[in-house]
Amino acid sequence: MAELLQFLFSGVTVGAVYALVALGFTIIYNASDVVNFAQGEFVMLGGMLTFVCHAAGLPLPLAALIAIVVTSAIGVAMNKLAIEPARGAPVVSLIIITIGASIFIRGGAQLLFGKQIHSFPAFSGDTPLRIGGATILPQSLWVIGGAVVVFVGLWLFFTRTLTGRAVLATSNNRLAAQLVGINTGFVMTLSFALSAGIGALAGVLATPITLTSYDVGLAFALKGFAAAMLGGMGNPKGALAGGFLLGLLEALTAGYLSSQYKDAAAFVVILLVLFFMPQGLFGRKSTERV
Amino acid sequence: MKLTPKSATLLVLLVLILLSPVLFPSGYYYRVGALIFVNAIAVTGIVILTGYAGQISLGHAGFAGIGAYACALAPVHLGLHPSLALALGAIISGVIAFLVGRPILRLKGYYLGVATLGFGILVSMVLNNERQLTGGPDGMEVPDLGLRGLLKDAGLDLTNGQFWYWFCGLALILGAWLALNLYNSPTGRALRALHGSEVAARTVGIDVARLKLRAFVISAVYASVSGSLLALQNKFITPDVAGFMHSIEMVTMAVLGGVGSILGAIFGAAVLTLLPQVLTVFAEYEQLVLGLVMMLVMIFLPQGLLPSILRKIRGKGE
Repeated sequence: MAELLQFLFSGVTVGAVYALVALGFTIIYNASDVVNFAQGEFVMLGGMLTFVCHAAGLPLPLAALIAIVVTSAIGVAMNKLAIEPARGAPVVSLIIITIGASIFIRGGAQLLFGKQIHSFPAFSGDTPLRIGGATILPQSLWVIGGAVVVFVGLWLFFTRTLTGRAVLATSNNRLAAQLVGINTGFVMTLSFALSAGIGALAGVLATPITLTSYDVGLAFALKGFAAAMLGGMGNPKGALAGGFLLGLLEALTAGYLSSQYKDAAAFVVILLVLFFMPQGLFGRKSTERV
Repeated sequence: MKLTPKSATLLVLLVLILLSPVLFPSGYYYRVGALIFVNAIAVTGIVILTGYAGQISLGHAGFAGIGAYACALAPVHLGLHPSLALALGAIISGVIAFLVGRPILRLKGYYLGVATLGFGILVSMVLNNERQLTGGPDGMEVPDLGLRGLLKDAGLDLTNGQFWYWFCGLALILGAWLALNLYNSPTGRALRALHGSEVAARTVGIDVARLKLRAFVISAVYASVSGSLLALQNKFITPDVAGFMHSIEMVTMAVLGGVGSILGAIFGAAVLTLLPQVLTVFAEYEQLVLGLVMMLVMIFLPQGLLPSILRKIRGKGE
């Protein structure tokens, strides 16, 4: 029993990181129909920039804030320079553009920060908490709390604020949104800033546990993409559920079956889900208009 | 005499393959050329899947991995000749593509992307983890094809680089010829119709699911043969051949060059294979430049490099 609890703890922790990345995917997808494969690089930048600022002598909270703000700015720049000029391009081209952006950011990070593995201290110490015979790191609680707070914050933003509803309107029908006076260009900018910021936050929260280096982004991007698709692309609830589900699946597979194939379990389940529910778990049915 | 596009493409390819060695400053360039041809074969498969039929795959390196490891494993464990191992790999890839393709080709766009991505990752994971069979991430040796020795006995003494240059060049011509024939066949026309509009294609009686599957299987066989040739040429193989980045490389080569035509895609393969060779001097900047090239071409030349260049030339001529 304690063993199962232990696996669940680690699964929920990893799942929270995936959920944050998947939420980032969802926001950009809703605003622009683009799946941003550079999302994982935002996670890397969050952790890496926090490390650099912290190592330069800044207090950790300030370092984290700078990292999140700078990453958001990079997200906005990416939108302005690479995504907006390619508006209306086919899916394959967009995939290549965002993967190009991710390779570019990774290459830049390698030049600027080198190839070493970095970390910084956990926020509330490293003494594990004992719950029901299993242990959990205080940092895990930070990660899980972060995912929940971001989700609730986004939910409030999208349902209770005018700007949030403008984003939703844009994702439903861009042209109609423009016609009722929504500045869709601003919505795009906002979405990229928000999404990059959330990715960076995931990096800040997870780095004390997972460590970071210039090349961690790709793995986060693939898992976050998978989680978002599992839940149903474009649905924030789906992203949250998909992220936690993927984390739990991995942890349980690693614990009970084989740690080598933990990533396989996730993708097998995704294939199975897509066979039977081609729109993901929470996706809405779409019909092709002729 | 006016050439059909098909014979024109084949003629251009043939001339390029035959004449390029004149410009080679050293024997090393035969190896680079052979590498371009190997990539070009995989990319020709992507043209059939993405350019003709309009479907996306982010996992085709999985089939390259199957082809490569078939050439490494079958000679040792089944006692097959490496050339038969190549054929076996192609058959296995085709059968797997048939089985996997049936359910996943119902998906569209990004959903198809994630499903194929998952497939590719599963293959690369098996290759990485089954150490006792595949040697794990360290890779394994691949037996010699033996054809070069035969040619030598017959009086044709080629260096290793030269042999693979001509052999892969021949394979590429063959692959391009088959793909061009497909383009003008009823199947090719039907594929292009469903690319235009699935609903319209179905309305005129095209079995959309079956045709997509056919394109997927054919392109998987191309990827597999490309993986086999890579393995036989290097005589060594690592699971990277099946990795996600290799899948992305294939798609990028095709789309960058111009996924609408065989020649464009092959041009893309040549550019992206040469790029790291040119950049070896600035090794640290390689990723930076690669990322930049991918973004710039897709933003400013969305039709791909070759079609844009050709349009420019023609525009001036008129």
